[in-house]
Amino acid sequence: MTLTRRQLLILLPAAAVAWESLLAGTPEASPNYTMTEHWWSMLIDIPKCIGCGNCVRACQAENDVPDGFFRTWVERYHVDDWHLANPQVISPDGGKEGFPVAKEDEGKYFFVPKLCNQCADSPCTQVCPVGATFIAPDGVVLVDQKYCLGCAYCVQACPYGCRYIHPEKKVADKCTLCYHRITKGLTTACCEACPTGARQLADLKNPNDPIHAFLKTHSVQVLKPQMATGAKVFYNALDGSVR
Amino acid sequence: MPGVEGFMYPNEVSLYWSVLIVLYPFITGLVAGAFILASLARIFRVEAVKPTYRLALLTALAFLIVAPLPLQLHLGHPERSYEMYLTPHRSSAMAMFGFVYLWYLMAVLVVEIWLDFRADIVALSQSTTGWRRWMYLAMTLGSANVSPRALAIDERVGWLVTLIGVPSAFLLHGYVGFIFGSIKANPWWSSPLMPVVFIFSAMVSGIAAVMLLYMATTRLRRKLIDMRCVDTIAMYLFYIFIIDFSLEMLDLIHRIYEADESFRSLDFMVHTRLYFSQIVLQIFIGTLTPLVLLFLTQVMKLHEVVRKRIYAVAGSLALIGIFAMRWNVVIGGQLFSKSFLGYTTYKMALATREGLLVAIALTLLPLLILAVLVKILPPWPDAEHASIREAV
Repeated sequence: MTLTRRQLLILLPAAAVAWESLLAGTPEASPNYTMTEHWWSMLIDIPKCIGCGNCVRACQAENDVPDGFFRTWVERYHVDDWHLANPQVISPDGGKEGFPVAKEDEGKYFFVPKLCNQCADSPCTQVCPVGATFIAPDGVVLVDQKYCLGCAYCVQACPYGCRYIHPEKKVADKCTLCYHRITKGLTTACCEACPTGARQLADLKNPNDPIHAFLKTHSVQVLKPQMATGAKVFYNALDGSVR
Repeated sequence: MPGVEGFMYPNEVSLYWSVLIVLYPFITGLVAGAFILASLARIFRVEAVKPTYRLALLTALAFLIVAPLPLQLHLGHPERSYEMYLTPHRSSAMAMFGFVYLWYLMAVLVVEIWLDFRADIVALSQSTTGWRRWMYLAMTLGSANVSPRALAIDERVGWLVTLIGVPSAFLLHGYVGFIFGSIKANPWWSSPLMPVVFIFSAMVSGIAAVMLLYMATTRLRRKLIDMRCVDTIAMYLFYIFIIDFSLEMLDLIHRIYEADESFRSLDFMVHTRLYFSQIVLQIFIGTLTPLVLLFLTQVMKLHEVVRKRIYAVAGSLALIGIFAMRWNVVIGGQLFSKSFLGYTTYKMALATREGLLVAIALTLLPLLILAVLVKILPPWPDAEHASIREAV
């Protein structure tokens, strides 16, 4: 077969694209999973959280999270009477080993588990210079760690402090909502480890998901709604002092 | 936790942008400022500053060559940075850096320098021998025509390139400001004034740097400093400094008066962890002192020697002030928690990839490059230089 110069010029870019796609490899098989049929979120029921740190430990074990960094963590708030603007917050080692006994009797104490809010209008994906972090069609915000430059612009852009640069991989890392599990029909490691059901994975596109009934009957809120990020982690009974 | 006061989200404890990211806007600011000073001579026909025109262009080039280095050294995977050119993410301000940088370097600065120095390059290719001759011959790009008509065309095209260059310089540095100003998650950065403040502070630093370089190199070459030239530069420096300071104060007053949810946290930070770098270094030493000094030169009849000393001190302080401003933006913006409940500390390493020694080396590198550039392309407005051109 002989190729004219014109044909070669047409074929070369096509071959380059094909080579790139070959290098990218094939995604891990999840034969029964169709991304467009889901829209993942999470429900956090604050009154149910006892601050045991099970979720943090489970997440670190499941996702090999390095020490000192967190894909999920638990904060304990202490709000004294009406001082909503000045809550006392602690999260020793992300709440991984639980919390010290509260000393003061005044005011109220409660726990707030935090994780990536899987924002539908996420500021972190907006700023990524190469599109290495993106929103999957099922609503989960993911990072392609083979593509990430490690510039940390996304870390700066996240209003919730949910991202970090992995100290060994030198790329952005964050909660993936245990994507490797949920695409196989499992729940997340943190939800599975929660002894009180304070964390529940929810699929907003599934009409039979119990979240729909919960949202209808409870007062739920997202963190920092003024940021207009389209956060999809819903908090039941969220106190006004929570940042 | 050591270095932490109050509550930080656990991933916020260590800073992700280091002193190298402080250097990046500082260096690009010098580029933009130096170019705008050069354009004063060319576009706005301010004849008095002409002796610094070519030096300003070479200064801009020397700093522009170094500008991407701090970014590269900061990246977790610098070997992937070329992806920004191949698959730029269109919604990302940072993705545009590569294109704005390339445009400024290749379409503006290099073209303008080549056009302006072309006659000298041709003359040098004829008067030198050995490898220097070959280097200058290569630099002519095969264009040895230095007839009056050809030089007139150079002049016209060069003028056009400078005309495009002025908004390009604004774009280069305004865009750096936008990178910070567009982050809504960070109230210390998020401000539409940020790009404008960055542009004016860039002009201050660039003009001050070229003024100091001109005075230092003239002294080193044992020539007389053209006082008309430095007086004019100092006047522009003074007025642009006033605009820059006014914009920064406007931002500050706006924040204080508006006092939104972040105000108490930021106010505390400015009065504690940023007190030295912001209040002392940036505002008092780096802004008010040079402004007062420059003001004196505008309203008083001072002796030439006194004026020279004042310009040297004011220019140096202005550079310190602008560096402190970059520091306060980049580092200050990461010292407080986005929960507004706590503060962390920046611990600068010494000999790591993002440490102090690398930062010092990157600050000195443009000066080294400039020293090489002025050897290759002498920008001096002297008799000996004029003789090269006349010989052509």
